[in-house]
Parts: sequence; C-alpha cells; structure tokens
Amino acid sequence: MADEVVLLDLYGSMFAMRVRIAFAEKDIKYDNREQDSVNKSQLLLEMNPVHKKIPVLLHNGKPVCESLIIVEYIDEVWNHNSPLLPSDPYHKAHARFWADFVDKKVNDPARRIWLKKGEELEIAKKEFIEALKLLERELGDKTYFGGDKFGFVDVALIPFYSWFETYETCGNFSIEEHCPTLITWGKKCMERESVHKSLADPKKICEIVFTVLRKKYGLE
Amino acid sequence: MEESSSTSNSTSNKGVKVVGFWVSLFSQRVRWGLKLKGIEYEYVEEDINNKSPLLFELNPLYGKVPILVHDGVSFPESRIILEYIDQFWPHNPLMPLDPYHRAQARFWAKFADEKLLDPAWFVLNLEGEDQERAAKIVSVHLEKIEEMIKGKKYFGGNTIGFLDLVLAFIAYILPAWEEVASIKMVDPSKFPGIATWTDNFLNHPVVKTEYFPPKDQTLSYYKCRRHELLPLYKSYGNKIWTYIGTQ
Repeated sequence: MADEVVLLDLYGSMFAMRVRIAFAEKDIKYDNREQDSVNKSQLLLEMNPVHKKIPVLLHNGKPVCESLIIVEYIDEVWNHNSPLLPSDPYHKAHARFWADFVDKKVNDPARRIWLKKGEELEIAKKEFIEALKLLERELGDKTYFGGDKFGFVDVALIPFYSWFETYETCGNFSIEEHCPTLITWGKKCMERESVHKSLADPKKICEIVFTVLRKKYGLE
Repeated sequence: MEESSSTSNSTSNKGVKVVGFWVSLFSQRVRWGLKLKGIEYEYVEEDINNKSPLLFELNPLYGKVPILVHDGVSFPESRIILEYIDQFWPHNPLMPLDPYHRAQARFWAKFADEKLLDPAWFVLNLEGEDQERAAKIVSVHLEKIEEMIKGKKYFGGNTIGFLDLVLAFIAYILPAWEEVASIKMVDPSKFPGIATWTDNFLNHPVVKTEYFPPKDQTLSYYKCRRHELLPLYKSYGNKIWTYIGTQ
C-alpha cells in the first residue's frame, strides 16, 4: 500500500518551509495543502487540536505537529537517504541544541521586528542580531552547520533567510553588515534545489507583511 | 555545547556528572533518567540564585541547570540530555521505539514545558483574580494530559519513560506549589487519570530510591520565591497574559 503523505502548509511560514525542505532533501512525494490561517479548516483543527497551527504532517492519516519534531520524524521514517540528523549521540544532541536555539532565541525577536515599533523594535533588532551572531560563531568556517553536509540546524534556520529582506525593511538595518558569514551560508544553502524550491519568495513575504499582516496589527 | 576545561577538578574527563540544583524539576528528570539506566553519576550542586563561573563555563549560552557532563563534554537542556542518555545507553529505553510514538512523546514534552509550566509558575507567584485566571489555563492544559493517560499505567505505556520523566513535575512539584499558593491545580476528582498516574509514578521502585527533594525544604523554598516574585509579577500587569498566551 502506498504511503499517504500530506502537509498542511501556509505560504511564508518558516516552520512549514522546514518540512518542505526535509521532504525535498529526501525526494519524498507529498500532497501539499495550503491552509487559511484566519478561517482554519476542520482538518487543521482536528489534526492539531492543541495548537491549531501549521505545519502538520499527516502520514497515513496520523498527525505529527511542530516543525522540528516533524523534521526528526521524517528523518527517522525515510532513513534511506540524505540523513538530516547525525547518527552519533553527541553530534545529534549538538544539532538538536542549536535547532532549539533557533526556536528559542531567533524566532521571537524576529517576529517582534515586523510587529513592533519604536523602542520595542530596537530591542528586538538587538536580540535578533545577538542570536544570529551566536549562530555565526557556531557555524565558524564550516560550509553548513552540519559540517560538509546540509543538516538539521541548516533546515531549522534557512527559512528565516527568506524573511531577512522583511526584517531589514521593517528595522531599517542590514543583516549582512552584522553577520556576513551567515549571509554567505544562506546563499550557499540557496544553491540547493531543496532549499530554493521550498523557500518563499522574499519579495512576496515583504508584500504580505506590509499589505496584510502589519495592517492587521495596526502598524500600517 | 562547550568542551569543559580539562584543568578544573570539578569537570574531569571521564565518567558522568550532573550539575543541578537540589529542587530543580529539570535537574530531577536527568537524575531519574540516569538511575533508570543504572548509570552511576557524580552530582554537583549549583545554587541557581547565586550562579558560579562553572555554570557559565559549562553552559555559556543559557547558564542554567541541569548540565550533563559526559567524558568531559557538557550537554544542557533536560529534554535533549534525556534523549542523549537514551541513545548513548540504549538498554531500558526511555523513548518509544517507533518514530510516530517518539514524535508524540516529543510533542507532549515540549507542550508540558512551554504551555503547562509557565501558567503553573504564575499560579504560584500571583494572587486573586490573576492567580485564578492562570489556574484556569493550567486546568485546560491538564485536560489534554488527562486524555493522554487514559487506560495507561504510565505515559510510556507499561513502563516508565521519557514522557513520565518530563511530566513528573505534575506529580510532586505542582502539589507543592498548590500548598504554597493555597490553590488547587490538579484536582483528583477532575483528573482521576493523572491522580492514579501520580501514585504509580511516585511509587515506582527507581523513582522512590533515587534522590528526591525533601518536602519541607521544597515548600520553604517556594514560599520564599512566592514572597519575592509576587510584587514583581503584579507590577507586570497585563504583560503576563501576552507572555503565557490567553485561553
């Protein structure tokens, strides 16, 4: 019996992009179902009753939620090619730690950059750059966070790259000025088919943020 | 994670060390995890209210406990440590064996730490209507946990596992916070499944024989924390609800 693989997706979501990259790296065919974040579908509400958020992976009807948990699941189930997580315990723990760092320390200030104004925006920018600098230090002179191989931490962070133009526009700053190595890393990742096919268009994200989201939150 | 200094006596290059805080529910997970695996470890107490340079040497990004030091390498973050332990010493598995149930265990562990613990902490450190509001949020989230334990002895099934260790705070920390803050969060009549699991968990032979934070000291400690934090959290006003999310 063929596997039924469905992704409940939302254009522009960096979390959904992580899952799409993982699928593309492993060459897994799936049914991509774009969701409405405002009028949430019955399927989404049923399959993620706890958070009611995308992404949700439905594998033969069984839901898996939370992007990094989904990526690990994909790596464990489709383990025949392109491993995303290292196999040894030390490096695996190390990868999990830094992916978790992206969620804990990058995501929230990043969100506040396009959501806030004035002093709150400046604080968000500072925290965001601090977090990126720590990631830059972790990257060092490696090609990817995984070393020679594109891996879990790269998957966790690269979707935010598609939002960089939005952050820079909202915050009136240049990320490359602060974190040039990270920009080089981002460009390198974008050379991968799995990445450039899965990431949203930075210009479209900017448009959505300025014409829809910021208006919704009373900023425009 | 950082490699620890090889010159320091407290971070030698062999063996297993846990750097923790005596009442920390996060440190306690790791201690139980190692005990379940039969792994001997050296315990190093760290006063989190008066942090030492060692803590920042071993966990420079967060400066928090617990930290597992194994063969000179330090690992922070309790859930990551538990999975490391489970993978390095695969006997007596803590995680489910199949990917789907592993994903479910990770999901609920994340949920517990992000959605359940924060409002419960505010129940401890707020009063009046604010405290009741936080308690309602805890109750809504506990309903999901109650649903999960139905028909099972442990969250891990017939044997204790990763999710039992992560959720253990429900069994012994929340009752302590309830007593200090004079408010019920885990009502056994409302959450009979959780109540039964609490008994099963606290009476588990390994849980019983490993170090357990003494009850009186635990209550005193959290009484002090409440005394310190009550005025501070009151001053945050409505910002608290943005932080923990509304329900």
